[in-house]
Amino acid sequence: MLDSQGGDRDNSSDADARPEIATVHAGIIPLLDCAPLVAAAEFGFAEKCGLELALSREQSWASIRDKVSIGHLDCAHMLGPMVLASTLGVGHVRTPMIAPMALGLNGNAITVSSDLHARLKAAGMTGDDVMSGAHALKTVIDENLKAGRPPLTFGIVFPFSAHNYELRGWLAAAGINPDFDLRLVVIPPPLMVANLDQGLIDGFCVGAPWNAVAVEAGVGEIVVTKSQLWHNGPEKVLGVRETWAQAHPRTLRALIRALVEAARWVEMPENRLAVAETLSAPTYLDTDAAIIARCMAGALPASDSADLAPDPDFITFFRDDANFPWRSHAAWFAAQMIRWRQIDQDTDVGALAEQVYRPDMYRDAVRTLDLPVPDVDWKSEGMGESEGRFFGGAVFAPAEHKFD
Amino acid sequence: MSDSKLSIVVIDENPVRAAILMDGLAESGHADVVHIDNVDNLLKKIFAIDPDVILIDLENPSRDTLEQMFQVSREVRRPTAVFVDETDRAMTDAAVDAGVSAYIVDGLKKERVNQVVDLTISRFNAFSRLQAELSEAKTALSERKTIERAKGILMQTRGMSEEQAYAALRKTAMNEKKRIVDIANSLVTADQIAS
Repeated sequence: MLDSQGGDRDNSSDADARPEIATVHAGIIPLLDCAPLVAAAEFGFAEKCGLELALSREQSWASIRDKVSIGHLDCAHMLGPMVLASTLGVGHVRTPMIAPMALGLNGNAITVSSDLHARLKAAGMTGDDVMSGAHALKTVIDENLKAGRPPLTFGIVFPFSAHNYELRGWLAAAGINPDFDLRLVVIPPPLMVANLDQGLIDGFCVGAPWNAVAVEAGVGEIVVTKSQLWHNGPEKVLGVRETWAQAHPRTLRALIRALVEAARWVEMPENRLAVAETLSAPTYLDTDAAIIARCMAGALPASDSADLAPDPDFITFFRDDANFPWRSHAAWFAAQMIRWRQIDQDTDVGALAEQVYRPDMYRDAVRTLDLPVPDVDWKSEGMGESEGRFFGGAVFAPAEHKFD
Repeated sequence: MSDSKLSIVVIDENPVRAAILMDGLAESGHADVVHIDNVDNLLKKIFAIDPDVILIDLENPSRDTLEQMFQVSREVRRPTAVFVDETDRAMTDAAVDAGVSAYIVDGLKKERVNQVVDLTISRFNAFSRLQAELSEAKTALSERKTIERAKGILMQTRGMSEEQAYAALRKTAMNEKKRIVDIANSLVTADQIAS
């Protein structure tokens, strides 16, 4: 346990202490929220912290998990719930992993095919009520059932993902059972748009920029964004093996500092174009820079401009403590894993959150940067700013899950 | 029950590597092997085959789709990754190095599958070696062509014989501590600019 007095804080040279290794290998998936990693590698933030950051674009989340767990990669752009699943050994080798920082907030959206969008509007979906789309979807599903049509199919990115739980939460709040009333299939983010275009799926929940890409390609419409569903909801994290973190404390601190500084820089509006241009390269997102830049600005496309107002909080890289690994975020993920029967019902959510999400490491790493950092590890989700926006008005009070 | 009764699915979009693996499986007595080269509607195809073992290229983007079957098990027997046991670290390392991932359905004894996984790893490695040799051969061929062109230029512009042209290239390369092909390349480029 890290001592909260900051025992060696007098050792100011720690910030400059040389990392144990010069080059850090990190995996990324083509999504806008890998931007802090790309910016750290491409715009000198890693170098400033004494590191070379070697990025490799991976083909699947499974590949990211396997390569980190086996040590082919030191760390990666990871789904928050995936770090929990690896630590528990659900679905694969049990490899304790930790999340010492988050890579941002929000950024996802639910998109449906143009056909389904028209049916949802006919069934009462309005632009100003985030739950109206789900209620309209319930009507459409009931109509399909009566008419003997096959169930609708929606794409998600991984079984252990915020996307899966958000989509399920949104559906369930409208009385749709995601395991029986429709089909959920897993599709890697860059392939979502093609699957929607070919009619293999009727909708999906995916991270930026792929929702905007679908709308720009004329194959779908955005129904609701994550920030509308849960303002400042958790997303990707920096995932590392626990044993790697223990063996490379200075490297990890330097890496966190580099990524936080990169995230701060990425968020500045004047840097948007440079970030979008860089991310658009084939080695990263391999898609239109203009679409990426508009996603960063929260200007999402819609074929009917009355449908979607600009959302300045569509994706957040740095502000609002976006890099702080809240244990209440981990607890929410774990609670969803229990809710959807992915893990044992009696899993100790609090203990798991304490083991995997490591705000102590984050504070330790950024203490030399001039940053406001939360001094608590847990908060109530769905309160304050997000009040009334949390899946139609609920609150997740992790105090109940707090582990003492 | 003999191993030959194992029902195996190979998911690989590379036809050559798949063929190498399928041959190997057939040779070791596995008759019930299906190759899926198009991953559209992957889950539906796998539900229909209901295999005991699934072998898939580690870099295949459809691995995430496949892993969903660990969660959604109403329609088929539930598959798990082969490497769920930490004692398998050596085999896991070898598999990741070779670029193989493998899944087996619940309840199947792992020893029955180890031989299949070993074979897959060695065939994937053989394929990688083949690829490397092919690309080396291609490089060698293109280097030889460049040297031939450089010799031709010298013979034409300087009136050298073929032997003299080659000796000149070699001497320059030795003097500049470069490879002959690098000198030849510069010469060809310079000639293109000049003409």
